[in-house]
Amino acid sequence: MEYISIFVKGIFIENMIFAYFLGMCSYLAVSKTVKTANGLGLAVIFVLGITVPINYLLENYVLKEGALSWLDPSYSEVDLSFLSFIMFIAVIASMVQLVEMIVEKFAPALYGALGIFLPLIAVNCSILGGALFMQDRQYPGIGEATVFGLGSGVGWWIAIVAIAAIREKIRYSHVPAPLKGLGITFIITGLMGIAFMSFMGIEI
Amino acid sequence: MSTDTKSATTKKESLFSKKNRKLLSDPLDDSNPITVQVLGICSALAITVQLQQAVIMSLSVLFVMIGGNVIISLLRNMIPDRIRIIVQLVVVASLVIIVDQVLKAFQPDISEKLSVFVGLIITNCIIMGRLEAFALGNKPGPSFLDAIGNAMGYAWILLAVSVVREVFGSGAISLPGMGQVKFLPTDWFMSEGGFYENNNLMILPPMALVTVGIIIWIQRSRNKALIEEN
Amino acid sequence: MAINKNSTGYTFLFSILMVIIVGSALAFTALSLKDRQDANAADKKMIDILGAIGVEANRSNASELFAEFVVERVAIDLNGQQLTATTEPVNPKDKEDPFTIDVQKDYRAAVKSAVKAADGDSDKLNEALVDKGLRFPLFECRSQDGKTLYVIPVVGSGLWGPIWGYVALEDDMTTIYGANFDHKTETPGLGAEIKETFFTEKFKGKQLNKGASTLFSVVKGGAPTDEYSVDGITGGTITSKGVDEMINRTLAVYLGYFESKTKAQR
Repeated sequence: MEYISIFVKGIFIENMIFAYFLGMCSYLAVSKTVKTANGLGLAVIFVLGITVPINYLLENYVLKEGALSWLDPSYSEVDLSFLSFIMFIAVIASMVQLVEMIVEKFAPALYGALGIFLPLIAVNCSILGGALFMQDRQYPGIGEATVFGLGSGVGWWIAIVAIAAIREKIRYSHVPAPLKGLGITFIITGLMGIAFMSFMGIEI
Repeated sequence: MSTDTKSATTKKESLFSKKNRKLLSDPLDDSNPITVQVLGICSALAITVQLQQAVIMSLSVLFVMIGGNVIISLLRNMIPDRIRIIVQLVVVASLVIIVDQVLKAFQPDISEKLSVFVGLIITNCIIMGRLEAFALGNKPGPSFLDAIGNAMGYAWILLAVSVVREVFGSGAISLPGMGQVKFLPTDWFMSEGGFYENNNLMILPPMALVTVGIIIWIQRSRNKALIEEN
Repeated sequence: MAINKNSTGYTFLFSILMVIIVGSALAFTALSLKDRQDANAADKKMIDILGAIGVEANRSNASELFAEFVVERVAIDLNGQQLTATTEPVNPKDKEDPFTIDVQKDYRAAVKSAVKAADGDSDKLNEALVDKGLRFPLFECRSQDGKTLYVIPVVGSGLWGPIWGYVALEDDMTTIYGANFDHKTETPGLGAEIKETFFTEKFKGKQLNKGASTLFSVVKGGAPTDEYSVDGITGGTITSKGVDEMINRTLAVYLGYFESKTKAQR
């Protein structure tokens, strides 16, 4: 039950794009067609699903105050949390690169679909955002953290596919010339954000 | 920091050449990081509720961008291609952490205001974007100018959006060091029995997107070259 | 360049060098500045406690004023039993000193999840917290006009992140003398307004409803208030609810202590 609630919360109530506005840069830049948006969205699910649990382990067994006490009880005073930003980002960047190499070698078809998006993801704020939310919310176990990562990824994927579908349709509408492209996308995202605000504060 | 001033002075004769001036002025309009390059949107949404926050964020971005651009540009011939993104991220993140730690120790009040933004600075795609697109292929001098230009281009959008949101959302302007200045008489407000009610929607993040959208509209009506095909 | 900068060996060498340089630079800054940062944090805590009893302090005179106005520091347990009490000067390094109890850390580590699981049921909450070994600090102060005041730190959750503050009670241990609140990431202009004086002013002179199930309420913005409640922030409903929750939960712990103290005074 707990897992389902975290998952659904990640998709709708705490949606990365509409509730926290994280990962907007690639969301706006890569949402011209549904096909590429879908590819990037799947890659984000994939990377969030991998990096959040890894960062969870890092946070709980290395960085947190007293986290090193499994090595030796005398380390229970060591607090490395000032390193958390840099460690999280290093994990994300290296995981992305590792995943890219593995996918390229063993699943060329998947690489063809996701490959070009993987380097973009290292700088996607929603990935670091996922790690920081995980740290902030103190999930009790790695299972919850993984489900949270996957749920946030799915939420991001839904958001980018939805805006891409709208942008494909809007091409046939009479948008004022200066608003075409980026301008109208900003405004539509704002309206979608207002719609998603109705989920705010719901407890499940 | 002494290295960047040195490299800037050795290029003095060309520092204000036409090409270099363009590095400073282009990001303000033609290649504005937010409205044209679509970089750094996340932070633009999160901290434009009050002018004061926007000013602090702009200054921190200016500082980190100059530092990051110059360091990466000095190292550009040494960084292996395969791990360049990690190297860039590490440089930016450590710069930000060091700044944060030093402020915490010596300027605790400023640091308190900044603390929330530290994470936002690291993930600000403007910094990464400019490191990747400019500093990796250019000398420290021009990289320095590029950093200033882009940080300024980012700053003016941030300031414009925050003024609009704060004026309509709170009926006031907050200036650093002066607190919030209400420019309408207090008894005009509904809570004091007047007729004016603040638009709370402007304070919420979705309206930042709409405001940026309208700024893009105005900018592209003036500068037709920026209009997209569809 | 003579070396091939894309060879595997060079890449490894470069990354190892980078990790060493960056790691030591960060560790050096963090360690060498830690003492100053801790001192700043202690000053800030003193300023906040003094703020709740209406004494304006700044970083240069915080510890002096704290020594002048705060007469005793007490730690109590979950049942309101006194654990330690001291009148010695503050020692930020002494873990037994009630001043060093980090209520925000306790909240993050144990209380937050228990509050969520208990869902408003105070017996369930007590049960969950009983063997956590929590300590609750209380600062007995002298006001500028010589009255005895009690300052209690409170911590809770707002809409986006943690909120915290200090509530000062008068010597009858029922009337609120003053309060101040702060937050990490509440919405500016909405929830963030809890730290503004127009909100904290409303708490002055209000009463704790000791007989009833809710000690004190922060009602929805604009609703009528009585002597046991204040008006919340319009548009900052969830943050206001957080203030309500943290005051009720924390002050309930101190009731037992106050009761025994009143008896002793008689």
